[in-house]
Amino acid sequence: MKWLKKTGRWINDRSGFTEMMRPLMDHPVPPGSKWAYVFGSATLFCFILQIATGIGLALLYQPSSDKAFQSLQYITYQAKMGKLLRGIHFFGASGMIMMAGLHMIRVYITAAYKYPREMGWISGVVLLILTIAMGFTGQLLRWDNNGVWSAVVAAEQLGRIPFIGKFFARLLLGGDTLGGQSLSRFFSYHVFLIPSLLFIFIGFHLWLVVRNGISEPPRSGHLVDPATYRQWYRNMLRQSGVPFWPYAAWRDALFGSIIIILIFVLAVSFGPPALTSPPDPSNVSASPRPDWYLLWIYALFALMPRQIESYAMFFGPLLVFFLLFALPFISNKGERSPLKRPWSIVASCFVIVLVISLLVAGNQSAWSPSFHSTKLSASSIPVTDTLASSGAVLFQQKACLYCHKIDGRGGDVGPELSHVASKLNEQQMIIRIVNGAQNMPAYGGSLTNSELTRLVSFLKTRK
Amino acid sequence: MIPQNEIDRRKFLVRLSLLAGTVPALVVAVPILSALLGPLLQKQKQEWRRVANLSDIAVGETKLITYVNADPLPWAGVTAKSAAWLRRESEQLFVAFSAHCTHLGCPVRWEAGAQLFMCPCHGGVYYKDGSVAAGPPPKSLNKIEVRVNKNNVEIRTAPVPITTITE
Repeated sequence: MKWLKKTGRWINDRSGFTEMMRPLMDHPVPPGSKWAYVFGSATLFCFILQIATGIGLALLYQPSSDKAFQSLQYITYQAKMGKLLRGIHFFGASGMIMMAGLHMIRVYITAAYKYPREMGWISGVVLLILTIAMGFTGQLLRWDNNGVWSAVVAAEQLGRIPFIGKFFARLLLGGDTLGGQSLSRFFSYHVFLIPSLLFIFIGFHLWLVVRNGISEPPRSGHLVDPATYRQWYRNMLRQSGVPFWPYAAWRDALFGSIIIILIFVLAVSFGPPALTSPPDPSNVSASPRPDWYLLWIYALFALMPRQIESYAMFFGPLLVFFLLFALPFISNKGERSPLKRPWSIVASCFVIVLVISLLVAGNQSAWSPSFHSTKLSASSIPVTDTLASSGAVLFQQKACLYCHKIDGRGGDVGPELSHVASKLNEQQMIIRIVNGAQNMPAYGGSLTNSELTRLVSFLKTRK
Repeated sequence: MIPQNEIDRRKFLVRLSLLAGTVPALVVAVPILSALLGPLLQKQKQEWRRVANLSDIAVGETKLITYVNADPLPWAGVTAKSAAWLRRESEQLFVAFSAHCTHLGCPVRWEAGAQLFMCPCHGGVYYKDGSVAAGPPPKSLNKIEVRVNKNNVEIRTAPVPITTITE
């Protein structure tokens, strides 16, 4: 054992590890920085987990447009614990996004972005953008049907940038269409480009934490004054600061570990997202959906008023990121306590409720035709009235069921028609079917008179 | 007090070092940016592709056609393919629609019974002539060039249609 100690001492003497780490570990932090302060470090732990599991996946992955899907099947179904690895990487991404979100909300509610920590907030917003970009490009690397179509959807959104949108769209796909060049580019972005930017900005973000110090827990009535804050903060640390390691860091270590274990348990219990069909852009029976952390944007695009949608696609993100970047310039001094800044709580709750409602809406996607609803239940088809029963068959053939529900079967795009006859008379039904409505196609051009009569006689039985 | 010639020397050395660093950085950046921006620099050609026989499709019918894009890379695999909807209006008149919804590019499906194209993503619906019937699409389905060449129906490959902000 003696020689081990001796070797350790030699390495430390020649490398200066202690010299380098000591000041970081011992630097004093404000007392009372408790559980609210663990989300930033948890985001970092998730990031390290993503790097490690990402390297593991890269050992098995084939970043080529023609082979990537096969290699994903290999990882998922053949490689030893490949499925688990994919699962951890997926839930790790979810964890990283959630922790970053919580961290951001905490910083906003306690106004930790105020003087002198403005740059911490700004670099944090950049890190948020990069994290979302990682999530999105990662989803593409799954390179199944959902992956290729998600790339097209992203290209369409970029296309809404005025004047140069088409160039950006083309740049994203790597050409006129998807092809051999597309996946290589997404792979390079996801594995090299964005992670290097993440390393740079995380390094900067952490440097700022050490340089400006962790914000002290806010007290109402204690105002931030740029003229005196730094001096006050130094004195406060001198009087009552506690060494970061281990008096503050133990919470980070414990919480971070719990999160990583939770990610592992979720990966074991639920596994990675299922692979859909091969990445064939000519297979039009795909129903692309983003992963949950982008599903709320997907829902927004379905629910937004149509007239402003193209503009909202471009100006929306621009405005959101402008406001985020502007925040520490709009208010960088004064009160930090959430009790004295009730609007910060209202705004945070509003964003949380909005995103959760959109996630729920996106998950249900009531606006999408229900393509698998092709048959009415047998009990819904009239038996005695032959005209009405042939109308029921037409109701199925004309895809009415995709959008309208009858007796629990069908889609949710249009109103349920189980009891339509008690709401509309025959004339009203005919007008609706022939002319369509706000969000219903006009069937006048594709139905014969006899078909219309049969359809209406079926609907008349739905009292 | 530092003598003036020492300041000049200092300035000169700073500039020399910065310049010495900038030149190789710029020179090396060119091929890297060329790889990054390659898709904008290369002109991609389009080709006519035979997609059906005249007899494959009846008048009034709409069928899915799939074809290989112009000039795909050897490792493109199935991603080299694209799809379109081919409609025969009359004996000699064909129309081809891109399979991409004009809202956000998802693949539209033809529902022969309803005579409608439907998009699975956000519920866009189009009539058989490609005009918008319902949902969020801002414009009709994009048309692809199609021609009859003797007994063959041919379409011209096209980029993924991108809807712009003012459309």
